[in-house]
Amino acid sequence: MTMEFSEHIKTANVDDVVLKLPLRPALKGTLCVTAHHLVFSERKEEGSYQLLLLLRSVDAIEKSVENLLGYPQYPSAGPGQRMTGLSGSSGTIVIKCKDLRILQFDIPGMEECLNVASSIEALSSLESVTELYPFFHRPRELSLSEPWGLSSPQQQYAQTERLWDRWRLSKVNRNFSVCMSYPRTVIVPCAIDDITLAKAASFRQGGRFPVLCYYHRSNGMVIMRSSQPMTGANRKRCREDELLLQAAIDESEMGYIIDTRSAQQAQQARMAGGGFESKAFYHHWRRLHRHLERGKVLQESLIKLVEACGDPSQNMDRWLSKLENSKWLSHVHSALSTAGLVAECVERDGHSVLVHGFEGTDTTLLVTSLAQLILDPASRTFRGFLQLLEREWVQAGHPFRQRCAHSAHSHARLRQECPAFLLLLDATWQLGRQFPLALEFSEVLLLRLAQDAYASDYGTFLCSSEQERCALQVKENTHCLFQFLLRREEREKYVNPLYEATDLAIWPSVHPQSLQLWTGGQNMPKPWTRLEKRSGLL
Amino acid sequence: MRFEKVIKIWGGLLGSGPSKLPPHSFCPQVEQVKLLDRFNNKTTTGTLYLTATHLIFVESNVPGAHEIWILHHHIASVEKLSLTTSGCPLLIQCRNFRVVHFVVPRERDCHDVYSSLLRLLRPVSYDELYAFSYNPKQNEQQREVGWQLIDLTAEFERLGLPCDQWQLSDVNRDYKVCETYPRDLYVPITASKPIIVGSSKFRSKGRFPVLTYFYQEKKAAVCRCSQPLSGFSARCLEDEHMLQAISKANHNSRFVYVMDTRPKLNALANRAAGKGYENEDNYSNIRFQFVGIENIHVMRASLQKLLEVVGTRSLSVNDYLLGLESSGWLRHIKAIVDAAIFLTKAVTVEGASVLVHCSDGWDRTAQVCALGALLMDPYYRTLKGFMVLIEKEWISFGHKFADRCDQLDGDPREVSPVFTQFLDCVWQLMEQFPQAFEFSEWFLIQLHEHVHSCQFGNFLGNSQRQREELKDRTYSLWAHLLSEQHNYLNPVYSPSFAERHPVLEPSTQPWNFKFWRNMYHQFDRTMHPRQSILKHTLTLKESNSKLEDTAHTLQAVSSYLLSSPLRCTNTPLQSLSSLHDSSPSLILGAPLSRKEAQQEEEVLGEEALEDAPDGNGGERTVEGSSATENGYGELQSSFSSKNEPAMVSLEFGVARMTC
Repeated sequence: MTMEFSEHIKTANVDDVVLKLPLRPALKGTLCVTAHHLVFSERKEEGSYQLLLLLRSVDAIEKSVENLLGYPQYPSAGPGQRMTGLSGSSGTIVIKCKDLRILQFDIPGMEECLNVASSIEALSSLESVTELYPFFHRPRELSLSEPWGLSSPQQQYAQTERLWDRWRLSKVNRNFSVCMSYPRTVIVPCAIDDITLAKAASFRQGGRFPVLCYYHRSNGMVIMRSSQPMTGANRKRCREDELLLQAAIDESEMGYIIDTRSAQQAQQARMAGGGFESKAFYHHWRRLHRHLERGKVLQESLIKLVEACGDPSQNMDRWLSKLENSKWLSHVHSALSTAGLVAECVERDGHSVLVHGFEGTDTTLLVTSLAQLILDPASRTFRGFLQLLEREWVQAGHPFRQRCAHSAHSHARLRQECPAFLLLLDATWQLGRQFPLALEFSEVLLLRLAQDAYASDYGTFLCSSEQERCALQVKENTHCLFQFLLRREEREKYVNPLYEATDLAIWPSVHPQSLQLWTGGQNMPKPWTRLEKRSGLL
Repeated sequence: MRFEKVIKIWGGLLGSGPSKLPPHSFCPQVEQVKLLDRFNNKTTTGTLYLTATHLIFVESNVPGAHEIWILHHHIASVEKLSLTTSGCPLLIQCRNFRVVHFVVPRERDCHDVYSSLLRLLRPVSYDELYAFSYNPKQNEQQREVGWQLIDLTAEFERLGLPCDQWQLSDVNRDYKVCETYPRDLYVPITASKPIIVGSSKFRSKGRFPVLTYFYQEKKAAVCRCSQPLSGFSARCLEDEHMLQAISKANHNSRFVYVMDTRPKLNALANRAAGKGYENEDNYSNIRFQFVGIENIHVMRASLQKLLEVVGTRSLSVNDYLLGLESSGWLRHIKAIVDAAIFLTKAVTVEGASVLVHCSDGWDRTAQVCALGALLMDPYYRTLKGFMVLIEKEWISFGHKFADRCDQLDGDPREVSPVFTQFLDCVWQLMEQFPQAFEFSEWFLIQLHEHVHSCQFGNFLGNSQRQREELKDRTYSLWAHLLSEQHNYLNPVYSPSFAERHPVLEPSTQPWNFKFWRNMYHQFDRTMHPRQSILKHTLTLKESNSKLEDTAHTLQAVSSYLLSSPLRCTNTPLQSLSSLHDSSPSLILGAPLSRKEAQQEEEVLGEEALEDAPDGNGGERTVEGSSATENGYGELQSSFSSKNEPAMVSLEFGVARMTC
């Protein structure tokens, strides 16, 4: 343990702590604070219960102390000056986790309680990525020399022979100089050289020029993604960008641009320098707008949903109105129906599609990855799904660091938090409910991923782009979650026993009656499932 | 025959009718009728046929054509909408939540269909009901045996009755004391005949307190009755004695709970009409409790509102949730479950006896007693036990099925989905305890179907007394359901779960109460999961048992070969070829579809063979509907100059989706 960590720990061990979990009898034991974990071990001879909580997964901590002797005590007293008078005082801390678990610890001794609380506060919000637990997690069975990650654009390209005559691999971004949030290699039309790409990139927000993300084998159509074009108020155009899009389709073909903003939002974006592809310059592309909520709205929706779930009144009408008010299921609905639209363009109408919104790092990825789940049987396998997440979220530069900094319980001011990834997992769960045989993985995997996106032992969801990961040497110094999950003993926990591969597209029903609230994700107790599914219980 | 009178107006042509009809039956038809899907723009063209019992739509020019059979009794309303360019629309709403929208090309035809249906769907006497013409090709003895399958005397024996505190009373042998009660009634041994008669005079419709369930472990009884005629101050010593006797019969508790399942306000209002509720001052040793389940009128309006909401085209998620809330349906469901939990806790935890009543004691009382018993006793969670439960709490104690389900043309204010709510509550429990029930939700849906179908004698009439008269010429549903019970089994049922959890303790968190899509949208296929776990598991089980059979046969063959080596040149081939015969179904692994089964057993069968939960012939494709049906957006094929890519057929199979 480095000095910095131990500075934060004033009280490392407290005995006679009572742990209360919802719907469980209270447990008594010892609480221990380490650099990255909160450890609770029940004091019992046999079958004792242990809880290992990653401090990073603490979203909010609430403390209350009471002094039974009735005179004020000051927490400033150092650990050495323990006074006998304190024995009558006690405190309670409630820990609300990013995975929505809620734990309560009753701690004897006010001072100990405050010390533990302040340690948790400090250690759960470490700023530097390299101080986080994945850089220290060294399980015996894993070695750092093992491969990190499951796939790369090179592999994707090499495996799809039919791409070769019209698409090529470009290393224009090899130094991350063209686009900071793209990987080094991307797949682009053969007809477009790197110079043109660079110019097109300068016309797209954050340099995210259109790249291929999915090739539909049955008809050769593709799904591409990008960020918005920077047309601005005076309708700038960029020949290179137009050429790039034209090269993605045949002369005679038409393509669809699915803009994940409303038409009005897209118009307004021009005032801020952004914009949309005008019909006049992109003759062969037809634009459709599908408004998906993003950013703060989505985060607040999650907060309201979690709040509704915590409502103690048990009143049916109140619950339904709070559920409606949270709008979470509406967001699930929009995500699925927009993805359905993209899939419909590709499969039924036989057109290529470009998806973007503003930055192309959130709703865009949500839509492209869901569309692939609908269309592509390969992405519904265990490995295929993890590869999809790696390609479309990790490598494609979803800013996990900002988006998953806090979850629904945090009192901190919202900055760039947004549960877009959680929404993807929820929509995937809905697909699994409607096609219970079609996905090779189970709900348990989705829950695990939701947990790890916010706080993890592994490096996969650290950082916001490949560039950052390279700079911090994440791949050299952490273990890869996806590789770990694919190990045979792990994989078994997450597979769907009913799985039967199908080559058909799985069109989800988007009737409101067909959507359900994903209670597993909300950590609501189901009588027939075990409460904690993860390493929380050792 | 009335049917011939009704339909003489139709241009009765004899064509190639629906598959199940006998070839020479007289069957008027209308051709070129369009069937519009409720939730998208899909239309199917076909022919409408009218038979004595069904309205049938057969899709034209399609091999293996889709057929819709609508039993006249299931039709709740027929509406002729205003004329459009393509014809005259006819909207038919059914009690099993099917809604069909036909467009008939010629207005005169449409009017004929309309007026024929209007006549047919309003039977005025029991003789006109389907049950009296339904003939499943059974002889008289089989019919009789069918009626004896469910035996309530045996059920009370199972509960340990009569016992030292409870006796069988013959006071209602001839339905003299209470004509809506069954003949056999169990009362405390200390309740003498004068007390019973006196108490019955003080209770609405003479429905005095009697035992309906006995929790042997604590010797606690669940009793039911109707409201007392207390008005503002009336008392009845015999009634007070009766409650005293119930209390004394249980040594575990010094008091008996009296659960009035109505909201307090309703009970108060009843006092003005000379009815009301027990005054705790007059009855020693009672604990009185209101539960607050709304009356039949509120429930009727609630379901209507719910169906309106979920029947809306392009419904948004928010409007759906708001509509769900404003319909109040789930609130009512939760109120019933809450009441049953209260009852269960009082009996199983406190060991107290409970007397349940509402106004007349045949709606809310039946719901709460039945659901409570289901929570307390694992037997009722088996297929046969559930039949016993319904026979006891609903049929024998006089739930007015005829009025509530609108079997005869009657007062629309008497119609109410009380039994539907009970089934809904059971489904909510199944969702919470998937292993606890021997039957699947398709059993509940099938029950709902037949409560309205009037095909069997069980649910006809308003009381046991009436039903007894109708029994002689009808068949029992229980025999029918037991004969095809493999269709209704829950593949994940675990009897050991029942051992571990004899009493169910459901969660009452609001998010555990869900909209029962498979009931209220059972005919709207686009809404259902496209793959069914239930069907899949059943198929696996089926092929598993077939494989076991194969293994047995092979074992037999090999032992045969070992024992008689001389004949080994012939036998293996024969055995193998007999194995081979069964292999197609072995590969498909499909349970025998109800369609085939029914064609064998009856000619003019029961409705909707497309409704068989397993009628898909074991197809195991992804039953996604086409993307357009889902309405992701309005893709105009304005510039799709290209040919459509080879489309995978994503249409549904013949059967309705299960699960």
